[in-house]
Amino acid sequence: MGKYILKRILLAVLTVFVICMITFFLMHAVPGGPFNKEKALSPATIEALNARYNLDKPVFTQFLLYMKNLLKGDFGVSLKNGREIKAVIAESFPISARLGVSAMIVALLLGTVLGSTAALMRNKLPDRLIVFLSTLFTAVPSFILATLLLLLFCIKLQWFPVWDASNQSYFLPVLALSAYPMAYITRLSKTSMLDALSQDYIRTARAKGVSRFKMIFKHALRNSLIPVITYAGPQIAYIITGSMVIETIFTVGGLGSKFISAITNRDYTMIMATTIFLATLMVVANLICDLLYKLVDPRIKYD
Amino acid sequence: MKQNSPLQKNPLSLQLDLSKYSAASFELATDEEKRQQDVMGESTTFFKDGMRKLLKNPLAVIAIVLILLILITIIVAPYIVPYSYEEILSVEGRRDKGAKNLAPFTYSKMEQQYIAKGGERFPHIFGTDEQCRDYFIRVVYGTRISLFIGFFASLIVLVIGILYGSISGYLGGRVDLIMMRIVDIIYSLPDMLMIILLSVVLNEVLVFPAGSFMARLGTNMVSLFIVFGLLYWVGMARLIRGQILSIKQNEYILAAQSIGAKPGRIIRKHIIPNCLSVIIISTALQIPSAIFTESFLSFVGIGVRAPMPSLGSLANSARGGLQSYPYKLVFPAVMICLIVLSLNLLGDGLRDAFDPKLKR
Repeated sequence: MGKYILKRILLAVLTVFVICMITFFLMHAVPGGPFNKEKALSPATIEALNARYNLDKPVFTQFLLYMKNLLKGDFGVSLKNGREIKAVIAESFPISARLGVSAMIVALLLGTVLGSTAALMRNKLPDRLIVFLSTLFTAVPSFILATLLLLLFCIKLQWFPVWDASNQSYFLPVLALSAYPMAYITRLSKTSMLDALSQDYIRTARAKGVSRFKMIFKHALRNSLIPVITYAGPQIAYIITGSMVIETIFTVGGLGSKFISAITNRDYTMIMATTIFLATLMVVANLICDLLYKLVDPRIKYD
Repeated sequence: MKQNSPLQKNPLSLQLDLSKYSAASFELATDEEKRQQDVMGESTTFFKDGMRKLLKNPLAVIAIVLILLILITIIVAPYIVPYSYEEILSVEGRRDKGAKNLAPFTYSKMEQQYIAKGGERFPHIFGTDEQCRDYFIRVVYGTRISLFIGFFASLIVLVIGILYGSISGYLGGRVDLIMMRIVDIIYSLPDMLMIILLSVVLNEVLVFPAGSFMARLGTNMVSLFIVFGLLYWVGMARLIRGQILSIKQNEYILAAQSIGAKPGRIIRKHIIPNCLSVIIISTALQIPSAIFTESFLSFVGIGVRAPMPSLGSLANSARGGLQSYPYKLVFPAVMICLIVLSLNLLGDGLRDAFDPKLKR
């Protein structure tokens, strides 16, 4: 067990390092420096600026310097507005985190409830309805769902105000973000619940006269949750990328929308910092899910 | 008891006493009668059996019909509709400035005058966009491009995945170990972030000579393919390697080896047909995910470049006039959903029909 955890942590650290490397060198492959503006600067000024920001050193030294700063928690400054990126992340990440975590909770809760309901009422009307809807929702890209929700509820029906500083309703963004993972988790938990219900221990429990309630919640549901946990890891990556478009559409000022505007503005230091930050987050989340999974299911061997 | 005489018939036996009959009292069974005795089902191949199961699945049949309808529309429509996707509408050689943001099946003032004079004008089935272009043909071309990207991206993934996975699976040992560690690292990279990053950079770095095939495709589309080729093959490679490893363990491979079959024959006759179904199914499911990714990138603004439309970029540009012209969002949105839904259903149907082991 200890050896396995160590191995996984080492792989995660290696992955984060590779991500930093790829990001750094890719961004430095883009032609043109940060001081190429429409108004041409004198060569002496550019030289001075390059020396000030260590841009005259070889790329590899620059990489080492960047990594050193990263370890100190310093992401540098934005190319476009000169703000410190650390401050931007500190300000906008909590909004994204709140959105993402709520969406994840909604998706997990509703997904397992719907999936288990479908499994328990197999081939009846609720089951068919749930399967139909979940199949439909796995085919709708999140940005389209978000735009349609915005159109329907904010503009046509005016049930919800459009997001601004005074009106911060998370309802629609969370709904749009959680739809796809919820549909997927529903399908997943339906199959795993059906699988659990057909196991021998369920038959034993029923033969011994365990109540239906206890059978479902104590024996079947707990075992059917294991595949759902495996899926939660990759799902965090989906939530993070999905939240970029959702935040842009609903004009929520989270980190995701900052990332998209950095891409549109070609703000390379911001793109670099946000990519590294979000990627590290995903790797860590994946690692935690993996370890949890092994912890929950003792049948899995540590190879 | 006398020797050489026919056996004495037991009086209780029901057996016919042949001595009472001659050859003339028997007649040969006709071919039809022989066939009636044959209770075996018609012999069937793996492919035929799978197709039969697939066509019995109503959802899969609906999906196939939908896909065929969409394919026929996008192939035939450009020959019927007289507009092109980048053409700004004009009437009798004069630019039609009133043909902006028309609702479906309506005409602009200039067009109405032209029709009143007795001219013929093809209807704008989905209306027009903000630059006076026919929207139906733009959606048709957008669908073409999205499907093209989905198909070719999956093909790239398939080829790289099969090559890498089969080399790793065949050679085994240390080579396999190193190749799979590389796959592990690529697999744990957050793919969407890396795709965005690569697209941003490749859009700046790639420059093609004007007029070449690559330039016609556009840097965005080429970088999209490069990104798929670099990142998305790992899942396929893992799948193929796992398949080959498990097939190699089977008794029929051992049997083939023991009667002296050469490796080439074993690969052709035993290994490839056995992983074919898995390959086909995962390719079918890869296409919708590639379309998803493409539409996401176009939406973010690093996908297909204007004036070439893709479903994602059409949906994105429709956000501008969402309040006044919601139908401009609805058409590409419904198209994406239909394509992805039918491909997903077809993929699921194929899996149920061709690979009973995977069914869960």
